[in-house]
Amino acid sequence: MPEQKITPELIRQHNLTEEEYSLILKQIGREPNITELGIFSVMWSEHCSYKNTRPLLKGFPTRTPEVLVAAGEENAGIIDIGDGLAVAFKIESHNHPSAVEPFQGAATGVGGIIRDIFTMGARPICAANSLRFGNLDSAEVRRLFRGVVAGIGHYGNCFGIPTVAGEVYFDESYEGNPLVNAFCLGVLRHEQIARGAAKGTGNPVFYVGPATGRDGLAGAAFASQDLTEESAEQQRGAVQVGDPFMEKLCMEACLELLATGVVAGIQDMGAAGLTCSTCETAARGGTGIEIELDKVPQRGPGMTPYEIMLSESQERMLIIVHKGKENEVKRIFDKWDLPWAEIGVVTDTGQMVVKHHGEVVADLPAAKLADEAPVYQRASKEPSYLSETRQFDLATIADTQDPIADLQALLSTPTIASKNWVFRQYDSTVRNGTVVQPGSDAAVLRVKSDSLPLLPESAPNRHQAVQDKYLAISVDGNGAYVYLDPYEGGKTAVAEAARNLACSGAVPLGTTDNLNFGNPHNPELFWQLKEAVRGLADACRHFEAPVTGGNVSLYNQNPKGAIDPTPTVAMVGLIEDPAQITTQWFKEQGDVILLLGALVDQADPYQGLGGSAYLKLRHDLKQGLPPRCDLVREKQLHDALRGWISQGIIRSAHDCSEGGLAVALAECCISNERARHTSELTGANIVLKTPAQVRTDALLFGETQGRIIVSIPPSHETKILGQAAILGLPAEKIGTVGGKNLSLKVDEGIFEWDLDTLHDGWFNCINRIMES
Amino acid sequence: MTQPGDEAIQDLENRGGDLKQFTFGILQFPGSNSDQDCIDAVEVMGHKARYVWHKEESLGHLDAVLVPGGFSYGDYLRAGAIARFSPVMKAVSDFAAEGGLVLGICNGFQILCEAGLLPGALIRNRSLQFRSEFVHLSTRNTQTPFTSAIPESHLMRVPIAHGEGCYFADETTLEEIEANHQILWQYTTSEGNQEDHANPNGSVKHIAGVCNKHQNVAALMPHPERACQDIIGSKDGRWIFMSLIDHLNRVVSTE
Repeated sequence: MPEQKITPELIRQHNLTEEEYSLILKQIGREPNITELGIFSVMWSEHCSYKNTRPLLKGFPTRTPEVLVAAGEENAGIIDIGDGLAVAFKIESHNHPSAVEPFQGAATGVGGIIRDIFTMGARPICAANSLRFGNLDSAEVRRLFRGVVAGIGHYGNCFGIPTVAGEVYFDESYEGNPLVNAFCLGVLRHEQIARGAAKGTGNPVFYVGPATGRDGLAGAAFASQDLTEESAEQQRGAVQVGDPFMEKLCMEACLELLATGVVAGIQDMGAAGLTCSTCETAARGGTGIEIELDKVPQRGPGMTPYEIMLSESQERMLIIVHKGKENEVKRIFDKWDLPWAEIGVVTDTGQMVVKHHGEVVADLPAAKLADEAPVYQRASKEPSYLSETRQFDLATIADTQDPIADLQALLSTPTIASKNWVFRQYDSTVRNGTVVQPGSDAAVLRVKSDSLPLLPESAPNRHQAVQDKYLAISVDGNGAYVYLDPYEGGKTAVAEAARNLACSGAVPLGTTDNLNFGNPHNPELFWQLKEAVRGLADACRHFEAPVTGGNVSLYNQNPKGAIDPTPTVAMVGLIEDPAQITTQWFKEQGDVILLLGALVDQADPYQGLGGSAYLKLRHDLKQGLPPRCDLVREKQLHDALRGWISQGIIRSAHDCSEGGLAVALAECCISNERARHTSELTGANIVLKTPAQVRTDALLFGETQGRIIVSIPPSHETKILGQAAILGLPAEKIGTVGGKNLSLKVDEGIFEWDLDTLHDGWFNCINRIMES
Repeated sequence: MTQPGDEAIQDLENRGGDLKQFTFGILQFPGSNSDQDCIDAVEVMGHKARYVWHKEESLGHLDAVLVPGGFSYGDYLRAGAIARFSPVMKAVSDFAAEGGLVLGICNGFQILCEAGLLPGALIRNRSLQFRSEFVHLSTRNTQTPFTSAIPESHLMRVPIAHGEGCYFADETTLEEIEANHQILWQYTTSEGNQEDHANPNGSVKHIAGVCNKHQNVAALMPHPERACQDIIGSKDGRWIFMSLIDHLNRVVSTE
């Protein structure tokens, strides 16, 4: 085949700028060929190189004594959970593929994140996700939503991982550009941490997993462009096809192989496939790597080196084995009937050398490719829309006239309504570890002996039982808040995740975040990113929940403009004692209901209504400033709550978020789903004293931060209120659990809701929209 | 507080204290994913379990066989359709023919139907969607090795997790299994009523599980092995394992 000439047009098609191309010429001292150009283009895409965000990400706290593998070192971070055990977790986006082909796009997003976890030597024990779509009144949005949920379910259910937590928001800004962020968590012993480094000159390099095809060609580069009207048609070939069955086998085989101790390095082939895995392992190992593409299993004849190197066919792994131990790979992968091939060798040249039919088709410096991508300090400028949204004056809108209808309506908006239509499509019980199912503030998982990867035959502790551990997981992120104030919004996303963990009885261990933003070349959009990251970083530092990794997804915009800037935060926490596991719903008639935190933040000119769900629903406004997030108060609240939980005196705890106090109270009454069509409804009688100057809509539906509703046995009321007073923590009794209704008395009158009606609107909302 | 299963364990212990440990074989197909949960459940019940790889032609000594849930061979043709041809299924058929106890769960139910060891078939849920939720089960026949310990009229609360769990059989087969008391479990409301809305997949006659004519092979779509401990939401699954163990004990005591 004649060598294709590198033209400016070709360079542009590869999303490389002239400057970047000049840098390539400088780095390799000659013109690249087409395969090499392709390799550079994917390695230097935002998805692989973080070239636009690296300087920002440096602001994240990444270390605590518990961090065993820190952000950026490997495929996923790892945190110590005591007793020699550790967790590996990460969140990653698959937004663009899901916009184009929702089922496969979402499915392979799940597959990719699971691989990142078992690549670390961990056994994946649960999945979660964070999703954003346009409004469900659009048939196209419903198609995307249906496809994404089915795709996530398909992959996780077949693989055999419980999907236990998540969140879904619907807002017109995500129309045409849904967000699909998939999270996975795995567990392992400290000595089982595997590394993605090509160590040991002369060690053989293995390819395992299914054959390479033309699917997902240059997906990483695709993810790093704006979506256009034509994207769907042009880019469908860039979406990979997932096979969860293959991945399940691949994981079992890899964990079995890791237990033999013959593995020198292991890396999944995710974004940028064979390219990324070879040059990153060589870069981490400080070595070189040489592979022969003829030996790579291929799905079709006539694949070019360019195609083989850039393919993102799924469920493939690169494994470097200690020389002389090749037979172990053969034995184990044959047992699982999985394809494997020895495709190359670790060298000491520092070069990534790719051969095809014996000819060198790429010869590039591995470390430069992996670690020396250009880094850009992008220009940023405060967006002009903010001067308008901040002008908003609450006095211009009338106070609520009908709180009864308002609450009913809020509970029946898809963003607030029960997500059972979603999570009933996800297996949440497989692996016998799910303690708190989807539907409470945080999911709770049990780690037990059989959650862990196998140890080598010779290990003295192979059959030794480990002490059960309990983990809590919450995923959060409110795009409207970040849109209106990226710094506060970033802080709030972290604070809410931490609050959800506290409500379940957990202490935060660490955070993984997914930054979903618009085109970084637009200074206003870059400002959103910069400010949000600053907020996230400050909050993570404050809650001592270091960022152990994550993902950046830029270029999230459709032809109408950018999405609401949406950092999604997944936080993982540890619960000391299973007796402390707490859920959100009211439990016992006669229990006292306390509100911990201020009833309304009176320093906030919007009284918690800025950027609120109520303002959007009733006035179609995304205006004002979002509720302030006071990190000091917030942490004090969480610590106090955990203290009371550990004393065994908290019966339920639920945080106030979208829809405010009234929605949170309603959820405490109606969210205990015992079984199919069997919800336990528990009434409550609430009496609120409206503070002076506070509007009724703000009192009921304002989203003032730092508030938790707890129910407690009456005998502990005095104690808790007394301790709160000593701590300077606002806390008051707001009612009692009991009756068949939710009754709420404010200065303006008494409002009563029939729980069956509230439950029906909340529980069946999405179901009615999707199944009608 | 006494939980379902506790009194039964007590009951067994009171029978003379010679609680024999039985060995359960858990079939392991490529794509099985509730296999580990079966081991967990058997161990929670105080008995032993070991995996039996799908390529094995012999089961070795086993007291009972569990065919676990998952997506055997990826379920690409039809759930359970390929697994039935595996070498181990021949051994399971022989084991069953000799009267051995075989319990299929979820994908295991599909495999046993495909293998002809149980009547009927499992087709896609009527909703065309996967369903994962807790359901209530009533037990129709408590005179079998899989149900004898379940108290009369006790509803079991257990999880389901399947996309192809709609039980289907032709009229003749349905009449036959009715007549032979082969319908073991049915989906009900929390009050024990058979109503369409309580049926998560559209199964005919709300059938959740059946047994063969000889009552030594049974299967159900719900997951009793995921309901053997309070911490994960329910202990009701223990009743089924308790029945099996009870039966094995009876066999031992008559030998």
